[in-house]
Amino acid sequence: MTKTRERQGISALAAMFARAKAQGRAAFLPYFPIGYPTYDASLEAVKAMAALGADGFEVGIPFSDPIADGPTIQAATQIALENGTTVRKCLDAVKMLRDKGLTQPMLMMGYANPLVAYGTDRFVRDARAAGADGLIVPDLPPEEAAMFADSCAREDMALVFMLAPTSNDQRIDLVTQHVTGFIYVVSLTGITGARRELPAYLKDFIARLRAHTDKPLVLGFGISTAEHVREVSQLTDGFIVGSALVRAGGEGLEAVRELTGSMVEAIRN
Amino acid sequence: MADLYIRTDISELPDARGYFGEFGGRFVPETIMPALDELEQAYAEAIADPQFHQELCHLQRTYTGRPTPITYARRLSEALGGAQVYLKREDLAHTGAHKINNALGQGLLAKRMGKRRIIAETGAGQHGVGTATAMALLGLECHVYMGSVDIRRQQPNVFRMKLLGAEVIPVESGSRTLKDAINEAMRDWVTNVETTFYLLGSALGPHPYPMIVRDFQSVIGLEAREQIQDMTGQLPDVCIACVGGGSNAIGLFHAFRDDTATELIGVEAGGRGIESKEHAARFADLDISRPGILHGTRSFVMQDEDGQIMETHSVSAGLDYPSVGPEHAHLRQLERAYYTLATDEEALEAFQALSKLEGIIPALESAHAVAEAIKRAPTMPRDSVLLVNLSGRGDKDLDTVIGILGE
Repeated sequence: MTKTRERQGISALAAMFARAKAQGRAAFLPYFPIGYPTYDASLEAVKAMAALGADGFEVGIPFSDPIADGPTIQAATQIALENGTTVRKCLDAVKMLRDKGLTQPMLMMGYANPLVAYGTDRFVRDARAAGADGLIVPDLPPEEAAMFADSCAREDMALVFMLAPTSNDQRIDLVTQHVTGFIYVVSLTGITGARRELPAYLKDFIARLRAHTDKPLVLGFGISTAEHVREVSQLTDGFIVGSALVRAGGEGLEAVRELTGSMVEAIRN
Repeated sequence: MADLYIRTDISELPDARGYFGEFGGRFVPETIMPALDELEQAYAEAIADPQFHQELCHLQRTYTGRPTPITYARRLSEALGGAQVYLKREDLAHTGAHKINNALGQGLLAKRMGKRRIIAETGAGQHGVGTATAMALLGLECHVYMGSVDIRRQQPNVFRMKLLGAEVIPVESGSRTLKDAINEAMRDWVTNVETTFYLLGSALGPHPYPMIVRDFQSVIGLEAREQIQDMTGQLPDVCIACVGGGSNAIGLFHAFRDDTATELIGVEAGGRGIESKEHAARFADLDISRPGILHGTRSFVMQDEDGQIMETHSVSAGLDYPSVGPEHAHLRQLERAYYTLATDEEALEAFQALSKLEGIIPALESAHAVAEAIKRAPTMPRDSVLLVNLSGRGDKDLDTVIGILGE
């Protein structure tokens, strides 16, 4: 049974940020790759995180050559591919999650080539029909995004771009001008992966971005513990946890629940 | 020989967005976008600076040994009984391959930019050796990513790099060949972009790399065009070069691109044959190769139906790569260049033929170009001129060849 969601697409994301803001915290968006450790287990992991209070999801589409990812996500998405996880199956996963009543916003996250192979217009249309609200393509800067921009605008899908500590004012303005939904703020100069500590410059970096843009800022890369989450919850509009949850996913559903629960608790208190 | 070692004709492709027609571009994580802008800017300044040309030119002459000669392959031509075959001897460049041309050029650029940590990827090891050599000369720190499969099949080059003071970092992900070495080098660059110069070895990757690598390799064609006319009184009827990423081929082709009577032929790795699906013939097998995005550029990419990159096979590590430089895709589309393939077997035959008939042991990569010359020359008139780019020497491949042919 599909629950009709009150809001869909870009406005669903806006509502998510508004709700979190009203509660004096940032929105919590886990990343999880479809097909890891198995197809069914990845769906169970997303459902479990949703039940525990995650605000939205990045649903990962595996790619053979993920150049922005560290060892944890590389290994997990490799297993997902060995499990036969195709773009089509990732879209089916979103549909199934919606059918099971998942109401939180979902963004599809995948590298450009599999989406290009699927057909960019067709992908955006099918993703929206499956119940996705946005798209993140880590190897697609705004300069190259024309192939997705029109169909995302037509389908009311957020097209999220990234900013990094290396981004200069010119690039901040460019991304602000083209982005919809939110800006994915890469916390550090590097690839994905759990880190012991968050960078010391984070506050200044976020302040620099705020001076240029009023788009919601969602921080990702390296956020791994409840401690980190508590810190960033007062700093940004949202945050993404990837590798730490993926690692937990490899251990089992209970580990995912435990880490998610500790993070939800950290932002609510 | 003209004192011009880089093409600086800025009116031509790529366009401002790094496109050659519909191929090229800049598909990379945001973190390195500013670094690509910075590189593009620094390169534009460098090639506008006569001192940069002078410095590069001086090194090409006194260190690399340029100009490399053209050798008339008399016995091979007689045996083939058609076109007269000439060899552009990049195998005689210091380090034994054309890769040094680009390594020195980018090395000087890195130094100008004040970057002291250099990273590179390598397949056959020739670019790794070229880079390690240039960095030893320039006094810069050098780290080379190399797939563990390639490390095994190119041991002499691994030892060479270490001797030259480079760190060789084995890559264990994916197919553990050139593709994965590039992935790992890009991850390193994303992490250390503020201190590090990525010295990419082929005419691929995000803009401005395909342009920079082409320009630094264009010395091959600029020399060859003048030399062949001095020797034969004419332009070549056909130019042949092997194409992995395609840097030696684009370096040769570029000077001839307006000589429309000269046919340009790129030779891809046919591996165990097209039907076997174990090859790296991106332009030949359109069942599994089509325009896509890999390593920051849009070009032909060998991929499955779902857009996952396929593993490739070639007896030569330097051609064992699932995509191809975007300018080659463009030249093919314009029908200005024509692309064909040579199988492992044909390359091995050519490897032996050139050794026995001319006393030149070619790199297995270059042997693919020789294989096409062996097919093509007999179909051409005796007064026609066929120019082969002998991109590297074959010493590095002896273990591989002994393994296949026996001692």
